[in-house]
Amino acid sequence: MAEKINYKEVFFNPFSKNNPVVVQVLGICSVLAVTAKLEPALVMGLSVIAVLAFSNVIISLLRNTIPTNIRIIVQLVVVAGLVVIVDQLLKAYAYDVSKQLSVFIGLIITNCILMGRLEAFAMGNRPWPSFLDGVGNGCGYAIILVIVGFFRELLGSGTLFGCQVIPQWCYDHGYTNNGLMILPPMALIVVACIIWVHRSRNKDLQEQ
Amino acid sequence: MENFNIFIRSIFVDNMIFAYFLGMCSFLAVSKNVKTAFGLGVAVTFMLVITLPINYLMQTYVLSAGALTWLSPEFADVDLSFLSLIMFIAVIASMTQLVEMVVEKYSPSLYASLGIFLPLIAVNCAILGGSLFMQQRDFPSVWTAVCAGGGWGIGWLLAITAIAAIRERLAQYSNIPGPLRGIGITFILTALMGIAFMSFLGIKI
Repeated sequence: MAEKINYKEVFFNPFSKNNPVVVQVLGICSVLAVTAKLEPALVMGLSVIAVLAFSNVIISLLRNTIPTNIRIIVQLVVVAGLVVIVDQLLKAYAYDVSKQLSVFIGLIITNCILMGRLEAFAMGNRPWPSFLDGVGNGCGYAIILVIVGFFRELLGSGTLFGCQVIPQWCYDHGYTNNGLMILPPMALIVVACIIWVHRSRNKDLQEQ
Repeated sequence: MENFNIFIRSIFVDNMIFAYFLGMCSFLAVSKNVKTAFGLGVAVTFMLVITLPINYLMQTYVLSAGALTWLSPEFADVDLSFLSLIMFIAVIASMTQLVEMVVEKYSPSLYASLGIFLPLIAVNCAILGGSLFMQQRDFPSVWTAVCAGGGWGIGWLLAITAIAAIRERLAQYSNIPGPLRGIGITFILTALMGIAFMSFLGIKI
């Protein structure tokens, strides 16, 4: 472990240039499923940041003792343990949100971002950069979740965090909420638009 | 009859991809040509049919509140449901490993076609998602779990084969704007197919 790691790059790359969702296309399932409202999206983002950071640290500490044949199972067990903790905490302190997220907290275990980062980064780096990498990737993921959640809640129900944002006189003049935004397929369209904007700004990411 | 109804509902109404977006990662990554997509779809169906009943039995006889009563009446107030996530993922990971070894031993030709996909499946959200939905919905019997697993698997197979066929054509005949090429257009296609699948909503047999 002699090579010099640029901590700043490790932390900030996942925000845009190497974003786990729109560039690496990992962890899409939960981006689409939990973003009908902003609040569960934010809670989901925070949970993923926590699980990703700590599992990265744990795997990085264990990296020299894990036999390569069974590393997937070891990783799954570490992640599953952390997810159970998050799940129980949410059930205790934020029961409503936990109800809304239903199975998707459990599905953090199979979120591809986790396996991807553990395989690609934590297995070969010391704990501190692994921690930064985990937080960075978690934030990159959470940003996308919040953007998608923002547009879907604003256009779909006219609210943000459950508070009315679009004033009543708009409705009086014939504005209606776009019910389609609440439905699952629109999440895909919103993500596609984000990818579109992101790739037209970063030309080198475009596929031929 | 009830089971058949659940089977059909799982294919069309509760479709894993279009209604819940589970297994999207491999759905997007492996849908570039029909043959591999079909292979992965078959592997996922197979694993869902195997793991769902096993997890159902785990849930009913080990994990849920008071499930251990069959061992001895003193266990009546033991509730192990907080362990369910770990148990489910352990069952899935070990079943994947087991199936891989069995297939390798007894059917090398099947292994050659499915081989590379089997390890991928342990981290496919559709499989774990199936088990978690099963836990949420309180299925009445193990056969219901088998039917739901088969239905979800076939629904997933259907979705990935269809999208792979569309993408194959798209790559040859269309002129897509640069930034949308590849993954962007696939998202939009999936959304359109999802809207089409919503017309199955409320179907009952």
